[in-house]
Amino acid sequence: MADPIHQFEITKIATLGHIGGHEIAFTNSALFMAITVVGIWALLMGGSTRRALVPGRLQSIAELSYEFVANTIESTAGKEGMKFFPLVFTLFMFILVANIIGLIPYTFTVTSHIIITAALALLVFITVLVYGFYKNGLGFFRLFVPQGIPIYILPLIVFIEVLSFLSRPISHSVRLFANMLAGHITLKVFASFITLLGGLGIFGIFGATLPLILVVALTALELLVAFLQAYVFAILTCIYLNDAIHPGH
Amino acid sequence: MAEDTGDKSENRNRSTEEAALSARLQSLGERLAHQKGADRKVEAGPSSRSDPSALARGFRLSTELVAGVLVGAFIGWALDKWLGISPWGMIVFLLIGFAAGVINVMRAAGVSTGPGPRPQ
Repeated sequence: MADPIHQFEITKIATLGHIGGHEIAFTNSALFMAITVVGIWALLMGGSTRRALVPGRLQSIAELSYEFVANTIESTAGKEGMKFFPLVFTLFMFILVANIIGLIPYTFTVTSHIIITAALALLVFITVLVYGFYKNGLGFFRLFVPQGIPIYILPLIVFIEVLSFLSRPISHSVRLFANMLAGHITLKVFASFITLLGGLGIFGIFGATLPLILVVALTALELLVAFLQAYVFAILTCIYLNDAIHPGH
Repeated sequence: MAEDTGDKSENRNRSTEEAALSARLQSLGERLAHQKGADRKVEAGPSSRSDPSALARGFRLSTELVAGVLVGAFIGWALDKWLGISPWGMIVFLLIGFAAGVINVMRAAGVSTGPGPRPQ
């Protein structure tokens, strides 16, 4: 049986140099990140060069993704949230394209490594902290003090609110990473059942159709998950940014 | 003078007509609003099923509780190490972390929208 974890292995492609005795390598993960970025660039440039009144396919995709993210931001963070449009759009497109590229066989799924998703989640977390304190000053701490709570349980509630706030980057990053990892392992395991059963003769081949059907269905599910996880990441980014913009609400 | 009274009665006539008209308009408006509300309720069924935000909300639930407990456990462990008060930091912060996790889940599920008074 093929090792289902093997697909997540990071391999070195080229060494770029050394910093402080550490090797800085160009890995397959970096390669697929670059492919993702170039892919997004090509999609958006290709979609926006013609500027037709009646959009073609590429332009439709570019316009749809723009409008989708813009609507998401406006509905969760309001008009003021639109100043974070570049951040949210970049995150959404990067995660979406990385997830979808990862579904193609023999590719590497960038978002199945927690270091990537944690870096993205921390980027959001730090943006929220910096912008929250920049915009509201110490008033940002109102986020941790709910209104209408009796004074004798307020200290406990503040502790709970702070912990709830600190748990955000963890749930934000683990959700994406775990969904991608679990989905790809499941696909691999069911796909290896096909070859295992197929090697058992005529009955095995009949039996192998069952996991084959499952793999087809799982691939469709993974496509949905790839989109949904990017959407969840974007909408949570908006919700967290909304707290930085309006901490009292 | 006669002209004046005639004008008045006409005025009154017109005003009663207008009152009747506005009453009818109002009742029509109410019926329309009612109908629209009913329509929206009917529409809400199928559209909410294909709504991506409902699915997204479901996916959010999966990790919120775990994250709260993990952060609580980590803070408790770090305090125990730092202050040497084992196991009290772990006990207290695991419980607080669990509470934070439950709050996270409630917020993700939309039961409680956030800190502050409950919206009506």
